[in-house]
Amino acid sequence: MEILAVFAPLFGFLIVSLFSKQIEDMGAQVVTCGAMIVAALASVALFFDVILGGHSYTTVLSDWVMSGDFSVQWALRIDTLSVVMMCVVNIVSACVHVYSVGYMSHDDHKARFMSYLSLFTFAMLMLVTADNLLQLFFGWEGVGLCSYLLIGFWNHKHSANAAAVKAFVVNRIGDFGLALGTMAAFVVFGSVEFDVLFEQAEAVSGDTIEFFGFEIHALTLVCLLLFMGAMGKSAQLGLHTWLPDAMEGPTPVSALIHAATMVTAGVFLVARMSPVFEYAPDALMVVAVVGATTAFVAATIGMTQFDIKRVIAYSTMSQLGYMFFALGVSAYSAAIFHLMTHAFFKALLFLGAGSVIHAMSDEQDMRKMGGIYKKIPITYALMWIGSLALAGIPPFAGYFSKDIVLESAWADHTWFGAYAYWMGIAAAFMTAFYSWRLIIMTFHGKPRATKKVMDHIHESPGVMLAPLFVLATGAVLAGFIFYGGFVGSAHHDEGHAEATEEHHVDTYVVTKEGVHKKEGVHKKEEPEEHHASWDKTSFWGDSIFVKHENDTVEAAHGAPFWVKKLPLLMGLLGIGLGYLAYMFRTEIPATMVRIFAPIHRLLFNKWFFDEIYDAVFVKPAFRIGRLFWIGGDQNIIDKHGPDGVADKTQKIAGVLSRFQSGYIYQYAFVMMIAVIGIISWFVFKNGNGF
Amino acid sequence: MVTGFRDMVDFPILSIMTFLPLAGVFIILMIRGEAEDVDRNAKHMALYTSLFVLAFGLFLFKGFDGSSADFQFVEKVQWFSSFGFSYHMGVDGISVFFVLLSAFLTPICIIASWDSIKTRVKEFMVAFLMLECLMIGTFCALDSILFYVFFEGVLIPMFLIIGVWGGPRRVYSAYKFFLYTLLGSVLMLIALLTLYVQGGTTDIPALMDVDIAKNMQLWLWLAFFASFAVKMPMWPVHTWLPDAHVEAPTAGSVILAGVLLKMGGYGFLRFSLPMLPDASLFFAPMVFWLSVIAIVYTSLVALVQEDMKKLIAYSSVAHMGFVTLGIFTVTTQGVEGAIFQMLSHGLISAALFLCVGVVYDRLHTREIGRYGGLVNNMPRYATVFMIFMLGSVGLPGTSGFVGEFLTLVGAFQVDTIIAALATTGVVLGAVYMLLLYRRVIFGPQDNKDAAAMADLNIREIGVLVPLALLVLWLGVFPTTVTDRIAPSVDKLIRNYEADINADPVAEKTTIEDVIIIPNIIIPEGGSL
Repeated sequence: MEILAVFAPLFGFLIVSLFSKQIEDMGAQVVTCGAMIVAALASVALFFDVILGGHSYTTVLSDWVMSGDFSVQWALRIDTLSVVMMCVVNIVSACVHVYSVGYMSHDDHKARFMSYLSLFTFAMLMLVTADNLLQLFFGWEGVGLCSYLLIGFWNHKHSANAAAVKAFVVNRIGDFGLALGTMAAFVVFGSVEFDVLFEQAEAVSGDTIEFFGFEIHALTLVCLLLFMGAMGKSAQLGLHTWLPDAMEGPTPVSALIHAATMVTAGVFLVARMSPVFEYAPDALMVVAVVGATTAFVAATIGMTQFDIKRVIAYSTMSQLGYMFFALGVSAYSAAIFHLMTHAFFKALLFLGAGSVIHAMSDEQDMRKMGGIYKKIPITYALMWIGSLALAGIPPFAGYFSKDIVLESAWADHTWFGAYAYWMGIAAAFMTAFYSWRLIIMTFHGKPRATKKVMDHIHESPGVMLAPLFVLATGAVLAGFIFYGGFVGSAHHDEGHAEATEEHHVDTYVVTKEGVHKKEGVHKKEEPEEHHASWDKTSFWGDSIFVKHENDTVEAAHGAPFWVKKLPLLMGLLGIGLGYLAYMFRTEIPATMVRIFAPIHRLLFNKWFFDEIYDAVFVKPAFRIGRLFWIGGDQNIIDKHGPDGVADKTQKIAGVLSRFQSGYIYQYAFVMMIAVIGIISWFVFKNGNGF
Repeated sequence: MVTGFRDMVDFPILSIMTFLPLAGVFIILMIRGEAEDVDRNAKHMALYTSLFVLAFGLFLFKGFDGSSADFQFVEKVQWFSSFGFSYHMGVDGISVFFVLLSAFLTPICIIASWDSIKTRVKEFMVAFLMLECLMIGTFCALDSILFYVFFEGVLIPMFLIIGVWGGPRRVYSAYKFFLYTLLGSVLMLIALLTLYVQGGTTDIPALMDVDIAKNMQLWLWLAFFASFAVKMPMWPVHTWLPDAHVEAPTAGSVILAGVLLKMGGYGFLRFSLPMLPDASLFFAPMVFWLSVIAIVYTSLVALVQEDMKKLIAYSSVAHMGFVTLGIFTVTTQGVEGAIFQMLSHGLISAALFLCVGVVYDRLHTREIGRYGGLVNNMPRYATVFMIFMLGSVGLPGTSGFVGEFLTLVGAFQVDTIIAALATTGVVLGAVYMLLLYRRVIFGPQDNKDAAAMADLNIREIGVLVPLALLVLWLGVFPTTVTDRIAPSVDKLIRNYEADINADPVAEKTTIEDVIIIPNIIIPEGGSL
């Protein structure tokens, strides 16, 4: 089953790339979509098998790299964490595949596009089912490659090519950390297999390792290096500059890769490595601070952008920040929960935006939209659902996941937990604000597009809308269906050991009203003999490890009322302000921009990250390269090396040739001097004469 | 499992592989007739000969016992017995794949030159077969004099290939190439003679057991280093490589990058490490730093190149930096990674030069700016080029990743600073290769001539696809190679460590004073 779920997309890719001529576009679409749907169904089946049946196992495929102690296999690790990710990846990917059939209908390279999407899905699945850091790295780079290919898909566009290269290179900088982290893990643990790492993490938690001449706590180093990789892939502050540019790619790509799946790989990595991160509290602190800062900064930028896709991109970055600070406060299950709900509603938003762009004849600037909600009502409604979920309004999915993330941060009772909480609250406000700014600017007000465009506006075809409905269902339901399993408490007082057996009946009594009853009904179908219960302890099994004293998700359930309700209040306020500023008092935004001109300039220019990097890294690299080439190779090495020697040889030869005078007395004289020289050298060397 | 050839001790497969090309040369030289017929026959003869060698190579691979660390298919004939010379051939896990690589690349080069070489075809084929003979001989020779003859002999056909069939500045490049390598050779010859005097034999396996005083080791090591470092090439003696590549015909570049650069690395593994362990340990930090400089420096230089071949040539220097780095970590991962990296680079860089050759044959320029948007008119070309570009970048799933990563794992165990700096090369490698790819394959089609170029023909596909498949195969199943080299590498490392730990240097008194060497005192355990 797991083979089917993972390799079906690869199969689709191979068929299409090898036989694209024979099967033509239509065939390519059928093959890839078919393979994806099979994979999605297989992963759902796996989900039930693993979650309800409690089976987790590893399927070894073959040896990969074997060198002395360094041995790595191709293997599929199937446990709760990986099947959750597989479900998310495969379901969203299947939706995007089907959607692409409609979206790319005018493109000349449909087969190529579909095959890349399938290849991406395969790489992503290899990433989430990895049983060791190296295979994870394989998937990691593989998705990076596909991202590169898909961002640059419209390769006649200069900006698309530039964005593609930028994405790959910035990711490579993160991968630099991931690679070093893998090496460090090998040195510390003697293996890169997850099982070994997880077993020994506690044992080596006191070790130090020498790095750059410093003695550093070994696990902190490993974790920070791995986190560097996660920062690159998940566009965290500092290594985020590629994500907004990546919007050059076709919209389905943005939805699949740059919202739902690939960018969450970093979150997955940290969650997967939770048994190691738990013993590296300093690394967790860094994760939390970076995540919280990203959530805030990205939201500030998102408020000022006009490109509809870029707004959503910054929103993605901001939500990834939420996930990371959840990880940083050891709320791994909350992070994955938010990852899952986010995958649904963000993919929905992106595909909805794609539907708008499609309708508006490829216009992406929100300043040239407006007044179109009556013409594309279904898209409009779906965008509302996505935005409500994003803003965290009950009962949509984002409400459950975002709240538990924030509550966990609060419940951590550390300075960075509090920092994360308040940053998150501020971001929640801004999130709601820019979401409604987007909706109102896009759909309401007077039409700002040209008449030709306006006449052309049409609702998207069914093949594009159907996947949206699937995702919308997820965006509505995923929150409360899975709340209990992902982050639900076994019971309120401590004592995990006995939780599974005794309390599985009353696990549905969770904090959110109206949730548990449905859960109870849902649960009835489940076979009793597995003793599986709908709470996070038994749900996650061994796939996520939290030290008992770090269990913030558990503690979050006991957070005070205001902590729990503040995010919702902020969301509502944000929506209200959005309405006020863009619907009723449309002069407000301009006034605000005028009053806060410097701040606006900072935000509008994305905090000048690109400009700074360009000046500090990119330009100097080329300058140094040129210096080394012209200055180093040509003027120093060659001039004094081969060319210099050749010159000197000629000159010396010229000089020496003058000695060839032909006069014997000159030769005799030189000979005599030489003999005297040699004799005196021997005398002095031996010291005692003859 | 191991049947046939290993039992047939008398069957001299290595000698056959080495000298079969010479037989081909004789036949080609005897071809007479119309110029056109001569050319065609010469080409066919060369191709068949090299394919025969490749076929023997496959038998060699099949018969090779991967679980043994010993030399296999050994042939030993006394030659000048009074001097201790012998004709001694054999392969172990370290050399066998280089033999195969040489045998594999030669027919590819001959096919690649099929149409692009138009003048003196017969001589070109002769030069190439000579080259094959010498390359295979280098990797099979187990006698140091024999090794020297092959190792240096390679210079001559290569010099001719660049100098006769090269580009406009071919004479300058050929001489630069020759002078650089000759400088090293002279010193190596001295070192080999000294080893002979020290050990009383020229037999390589026997020399590995000879203990040499540390003081002497240092000098010998430097002499070997002079030769191998130029061949690798290591920074700062790398400047011949870009010029040589730029001027060489495509096939010349392929062999140069594919096989000749590996001779340096092979030399380190055959001579420096096993024979001069103390000196290797002593000089390792220097090699590390030179390697790191090579990786970073040449990657940055590659970034600003406008000439495709130069760019790939500089990237070769960077990739070979990983090799020297890995070898001198003397860890299992480091050494295996280095060997793997050499093989992988042999395939990838060869293929990249072939890719350049493909467009050069059509447009007669190597300037990156003249191309662009080739994906539109050459989609197949874009695909194969993509695979090799990714291999060069070291993407997991291609062979480039395995070698690079293993050497870095080796380096990380020895020195984290070195490992971290070397890893930056992985980032820079992505930058220059992706920019090259983007400028050549993607983007607008500004040059009408470039836009009109035809896609790969059957011959080019036949040349490139096997390489691509190998690159991917070795990326997914590298154990095909690593399992077979592991025993030999283990043995090498075991002996090395035993030597290092065994002698508190001074105690071994050996015939140090046979050759007068100035008494320079080198602080023990000091670093440079």
